[in-house]
Amino acid sequence: MSPLNIQQGSSKHSAYDLRDPYSEVIETHTLAVIVDNEPGVLARVIGLFSGRGYNIESLTVAETDHQGHRSRITVVTTGTPQVIDQIKAQLGRMVPVHEVHDLTVDGPSVERELALLKVAGKGEHRIEALRLAEIFRANVVDSTLESFVFEMTGAPSKIDAFADLMRPLGLREIARTGVAALARGV
Amino acid sequence: MSQQMTGARMVVQALKDQGVEVVFGYPGGAVLPIYDEIFQQNEIRHILVRHEQGAVHMAEGYARSTGKPGVVLVTSGPGATNAVTGIVDALMDSIPIVVLSGQVPTFMIGNDAFQEADTVGITRPCTKHNWLVKETDKLSETIHQAFHVATSGRPGPVLIDIPKDVQFATGTYTPPQKARTAHYAPRVKGDIEAITRLVEMIEKAARPVLYTGGGVINSGPGAVQLLRELADATGIPVTSTLMGLGAYPASGKGWIGMLGMHGLYEANMAMHGCDLMINIGARFDDRITGRINAFSPNSLKAHIDIDPSSINKVIRTDVPIIGDVGHVLEDLLKIWKSRGRKTNREGLATWWKQINEWRAVNCLAYKGSDTVIKPQLALQRLEALTKGRDRYITTEVGQHQMWAAQYLNFEGPNRWMTSGGLGTMGYGLPASIGVQIAHPKSLVINVAGEASWLMNMQEMGTAVQFRAPVKQFILNNERLGMVRQWQQLLHGERYSQSWSESLPDFVKLAEAFGCKGIRASHPDELDDAIMAMLDYDGPVIFDCLVEKHENCLPMIPSGNAHNDMLLPSDEVRAITGAGATLV
Repeated sequence: MSPLNIQQGSSKHSAYDLRDPYSEVIETHTLAVIVDNEPGVLARVIGLFSGRGYNIESLTVAETDHQGHRSRITVVTTGTPQVIDQIKAQLGRMVPVHEVHDLTVDGPSVERELALLKVAGKGEHRIEALRLAEIFRANVVDSTLESFVFEMTGAPSKIDAFADLMRPLGLREIARTGVAALARGV
Repeated sequence: MSQQMTGARMVVQALKDQGVEVVFGYPGGAVLPIYDEIFQQNEIRHILVRHEQGAVHMAEGYARSTGKPGVVLVTSGPGATNAVTGIVDALMDSIPIVVLSGQVPTFMIGNDAFQEADTVGITRPCTKHNWLVKETDKLSETIHQAFHVATSGRPGPVLIDIPKDVQFATGTYTPPQKARTAHYAPRVKGDIEAITRLVEMIEKAARPVLYTGGGVINSGPGAVQLLRELADATGIPVTSTLMGLGAYPASGKGWIGMLGMHGLYEANMAMHGCDLMINIGARFDDRITGRINAFSPNSLKAHIDIDPSSINKVIRTDVPIIGDVGHVLEDLLKIWKSRGRKTNREGLATWWKQINEWRAVNCLAYKGSDTVIKPQLALQRLEALTKGRDRYITTEVGQHQMWAAQYLNFEGPNRWMTSGGLGTMGYGLPASIGVQIAHPKSLVINVAGEASWLMNMQEMGTAVQFRAPVKQFILNNERLGMVRQWQQLLHGERYSQSWSESLPDFVKLAEAFGCKGIRASHPDELDDAIMAMLDYDGPVIFDCLVEKHENCLPMIPSGNAHNDMLLPSDEVRAITGAGATLV
């Protein structure tokens, strides 16, 4: 049966979910993986990605439930739909993994990343950097006569855009946390 | 009753509570406290191996032939690293193994201490799960969890690394009933909607085939019975992977033989030509599929597997069913019966007619000889002379392994132990000892090649010490036969490093080990020699000198489709093009 030759009523899923599972298009997905916060758990997850040749675009991890010793790993990965499904299945069968959520498929989600940017410069450049920071709602968290450290939070694309603008104005260093993401709604 | 005890005693107590009868191991500095506890009890038997790799393969042989987990005990550093090959072997073939390794004391970890290795780091990708236990209070619960993980869902090896100070310290013992294991509970029941859809497909299919794998055997005797019932009630032909041999009996009327690279012509043609492929507990391994884009082009595919990551990994599946083979087959049969036991009788009759035509090709034919023992003949005679006996077969890896799969018949599960996924040369001898330890009265034969066998030959010492009367049936062609065959097909007959110039005299070697050596070099003496091997009450090394340049056929050359097999009657042609880069 060709994947697009689907008879009416043959699936209990909504028509909106019928993405072509055999497409060769590379997609970017944000996965939230809830794991036991035990020694080596991050190495296990990263080892799965490197050992099987999957991509990691960004990775964020911290304990989110101190009493239950659960951590939330947010990983942004790329691949064809088949590879993305494999990644989820491979993660799901690991012993310390409790849940795997594909925030890209599950519905709308909020994605945020925090970045610190150090910009050095004098005169016009310095004023322009500060003006752009205001537009992007970046805060100044450290200042000398020759530099600023900006703190900004936003979607990764917004941080990319701000960093691009800062580059000609004296961007020296940038530190990014990677993406944290939650599904919208209850 | 006091539940306070040392970590070392906890290990032994936990093993007893898990019903462990045998441990395969090798002592060393970091496990001495555990060995001291083993010394002071009689319930658990310890088999002293000669190399830690052997210990894991023995545990695999034990596990595969009994369905129970195998247990291994090794020391830190080299003890653990030597075990790694066996652990990966068990991972690839889904064999439940619990490895206990000693570790340097917690306060020395990370200091490059004597015999220190990052065992959990090294074995993280080679195990289903592993643990470093840093507190004695957590040790017994961890061991119980380890047994649960090793045996639940898709089975596999687990490892527990136990620092020496944790073994010496005293803590509270947790009995198995109180250990927390609930969170790891793979789904065993299949989706009824999907199973019903498969039943509908079975009712209509004109050319169905059951493609069965090791998952049927791992699921247990119940699953094996249900498979037989399904095949016999529906009349659907059954083929199997290397790992699944014996689940459906070779004498069964639905049996069409093993499939894959060295599988039977009729089985591979049936896979290629079917209109419904029902994969039961197999994983579309590359030895099975041949060229992916030409794999069974006109069939609908159903896949029953307990591991969700097996679904759509290699071959796209129309009806995936995630669950335990036994549970799914039970529901499948129930639904099929309740709907009136329908099949496409007319289609099936034509299908069987076609299969029998393929069968008439007689793909296992070979040119006999009056002067030299053909390896195929050796196995045919072994089969004939051991037929009907309480027999277990292990193998090494290579041509002899494929010939054994082709020429030996298996009537029941758990009788065939071979390294399928990893292809570990040196697997068969220790595995045969593990099987023999589990079944002391049975006939256990390791079908070997001389090159593979030499890789773990030190374990003959173990066989002699523990009176394991294993029969080492070595097909000796003085070549690395499969490598030689590939060099012939792929590298212009340039036989780079694929023969051994100075092999030992295997008969004298047997005597040196304190067991019996038998040699056969002429077809006329083969039967008597095999009978002498079977009649001898003790371990035997059988040196069967066979044709040196025999090719293992039939064969799907790598990169070819199922319907493009190399048959014994064909001219041997070179592998070229894209297939040449495949393994």
